[in-house]
Amino acid sequence: MIPLYVSVATRAFRRYSTYTAATLSGLFTNCVFGCIICFVYLALWDQRPNAGGYDASDAVTYVWLGQAMLMTVMVWGGGVTNDLAERIRSGDVAIDLYRPVPLIGWYVAQDVGRAGFHLLTRGLGPTIVGALLFDVRFPSGPVAWLGFAVAVVLALLVSFAVRFLVASTSFWLLDASGPNAVAFLMAAFFSGLTVPLVIFPGWSRDVVMALPWASYIQVPADIWLGKREGWDLLAGLGFGVLWAVVLFAACHLVLRRATRKVVVQGG
Amino acid sequence: MADQATGVIGVSARGYRDIARMWVKAALAYPASFWMMAASQFFLTLLDFVGIWIMFHTIDSLGGFDLTEIAFLYGATAFGIGVADLLGGQVERLGELIRMGRLDGMLLKPLPLLVQVCADQFALRRVARITQALVMLGVASYWVDWTPAKVGLTLVMLVSGSVIFLSIFVVFGCVQFWTVDASEVANAFTYGGNTMTQYPLTVFPKQVVTALTYLVPLAFVNWYPSLYILDRADPYGFPEWLRYASPIAAVALVAVTAVVWRAGVRHYESTGS
Amino acid sequence: MRLIEVQELRRTFTVGRFRAKREVVAVRDVSFAIEAGEMVGYIGPNGAGKSTTIKMLTGILVPSGGRLEVAGLDPSRQRTDLARRIGVVFGQRTTLWWDLPLRDSFAVLQRIYRTSPRRHEQNLAEYVELLDLGDLLDTPVRQLSLGQRMRGDIVAALLHDPEILFLDEPTIGLDVISKGRLREFLRTLNATRGTTLMLTTHDLQDIEALCDRVIVIDHGTAVFDGALADLHREGGSTRTLVVDLVDEAPPISVPGATTRKVDGPRQWLSFPTDASAAPIVAAVAAAYDVADLSIQEPDIEDVIRELYSR
Repeated sequence: MIPLYVSVATRAFRRYSTYTAATLSGLFTNCVFGCIICFVYLALWDQRPNAGGYDASDAVTYVWLGQAMLMTVMVWGGGVTNDLAERIRSGDVAIDLYRPVPLIGWYVAQDVGRAGFHLLTRGLGPTIVGALLFDVRFPSGPVAWLGFAVAVVLALLVSFAVRFLVASTSFWLLDASGPNAVAFLMAAFFSGLTVPLVIFPGWSRDVVMALPWASYIQVPADIWLGKREGWDLLAGLGFGVLWAVVLFAACHLVLRRATRKVVVQGG
Repeated sequence: MADQATGVIGVSARGYRDIARMWVKAALAYPASFWMMAASQFFLTLLDFVGIWIMFHTIDSLGGFDLTEIAFLYGATAFGIGVADLLGGQVERLGELIRMGRLDGMLLKPLPLLVQVCADQFALRRVARITQALVMLGVASYWVDWTPAKVGLTLVMLVSGSVIFLSIFVVFGCVQFWTVDASEVANAFTYGGNTMTQYPLTVFPKQVVTALTYLVPLAFVNWYPSLYILDRADPYGFPEWLRYASPIAAVALVAVTAVVWRAGVRHYESTGS
Repeated sequence: MRLIEVQELRRTFTVGRFRAKREVVAVRDVSFAIEAGEMVGYIGPNGAGKSTTIKMLTGILVPSGGRLEVAGLDPSRQRTDLARRIGVVFGQRTTLWWDLPLRDSFAVLQRIYRTSPRRHEQNLAEYVELLDLGDLLDTPVRQLSLGQRMRGDIVAALLHDPEILFLDEPTIGLDVISKGRLREFLRTLNATRGTTLMLTTHDLQDIEALCDRVIVIDHGTAVFDGALADLHREGGSTRTLVVDLVDEAPPISVPGATTRKVDGPRQWLSFPTDASAAPIVAAVAAAYDVADLSIQEPDIEDVIRELYSR
């Protein structure tokens, strides 16, 4: 079973790595956006040097981490779950359902392969560029590095589950573009891509920090920046684990219902 | 010659309308999706502003401009990119049209290629973003000291801004004639340009503003005319006439775009053999 | 009247990047002329430059050199004028709108081509009847089978009364019955409307059924231009009679055919393409216990290879 997943993931990695021009142009765009947002944040932190408990250096680091996570975690949605939505629409999903490996695992493996590729290119690239152009901070020690790595994996799993749920609306709606758009909207805002969640005012900060999207960028960034250490670090990871478990349970439930539907209606 | 030109424009406009109407009809076949997407477009672009509003909980001014002034800048650029995206945002997917061989089909139809590419999958839901921009402008205009000249310049700004964004969509979309899957480069200039101009350009280094004036004239989308409308001196001391120069920038950019598009079409190599 | 005139037509592509960059000649100095009402087959092996030629003739690709005139127009420079006078069908891809029902696609084409509504209705009714598309008009194109889609594409290409119809591999992937119906339709179209036909194909039967003239292109160069019978003669092409005998036997010997290969009870006999199979079949059946017989048509690639090797 495990070798099979590995080979599925490797294949996905290779598939994405064939689009060199797409990767380069995406990297370019990540960097342009990173610079734009950095200048805006620097203007803000110039006015209020410790907004949200961040200093200017934390803020620009946050920006580049956000750009690095954008594709790695697929904050905006898409990736292999788009293929799934398309296969549901065309009815090919029936083939996926009768594979000897569980459908969710099959797609998770693909998404891991994809994420690996995006981490090495569109994650690493902006981080390096950001570090060259701005005063970017790096984790202070092995615990922070390790915590960050685990947080990224959790972010990927949570994001996968959310995207999977969105794609599976195709079983009922046929056209997932509506739910896709709504999911895009939620993720773009609640992940902290628009503004860091830490500068949300008052109670709204507590709310957004409790939503699953907080695990995409905010939690990994806080671990990277050393804002979460010791128990706080573990709590951040626990938060990701909790959402991952809840959302994957939801995925299984939805898939069971959908399978019944596909079997009854024949697609 | 002039007759011929108006003829082409007439044919193009009619063709655009015919194709667009068909796509609207097709989209309305799934009304739930249509409204969900229209609503999310409305909120998505609005949330950018909510982000700025959240920033203003910790600060009173950004780059020397207050929230109402930023709302005006924001509304103006959102309108420009909204109109451009509605009319020609599809250029983004030129590479896909090439890969799928659909561009060949378009080249076989008696309409200018650009018209067909822009009208392809015309999405009426994008009107939501324009509506949102107009609401924002309407609210922000409460704090503007209006004069007839300012009203006039606002209209000029909105039209020029739309034309500039549309040209930028097309000109950077053309990259895909040479490198099919490099569509994302354009995003840096279209959506990136939109993000930049949501803020007063004073937050950026002067070199950036120079580039946005003379290289990729995004500063004319809202910044220069707004300096006049909001009665602000140019913090960077660029020439004053730039405030009225948005139409010139727009026309110049259209000319460049036309040349690049033609070069792209003539370079087009069609897939397969 | 000459409808298509091609002189020294050339098209090169640049492949590879950076240092591996090199130029490939897809079409090399091809010349021919086609008269109104002709049905011409444009054939050759994969990658010979067939599609590239068609794409230049229809204004999709800009030629790298040579002169080109279709219906008195320069295709790439007068593309939109030309579009009204030609119809084009690509076998492997559709020019219809993928997500829309055929009916909507056709309606938009009427507007785009500014065909008079009456003419449009007439044509639509006639072609839909001839190609048996009546039940499919409300089906989105993406849900159509290959054969159905192909018929839809052909209707779409004909609604504006083109003088020339270009078909690029029109029968590729179709079953035998669909192929037959399509050929029948194209013959009728040429006979009743005088539409000039130019088609590329892999299938020699397309050519046999439709074309009085073939142009063979190989490695970008036109190597033959003439009647199909002449091509067979020049290419020395043969048909093959596959005989399954009841028992194994020494090589069959009948007049007019030579035995090429023996494999157990199965034997392959070849005979000239322009000869009738009947006497050979009769001779074999008279002398041997035959379990089954079948005839293999010559492969276009073989003919061309033969043409070249001499």
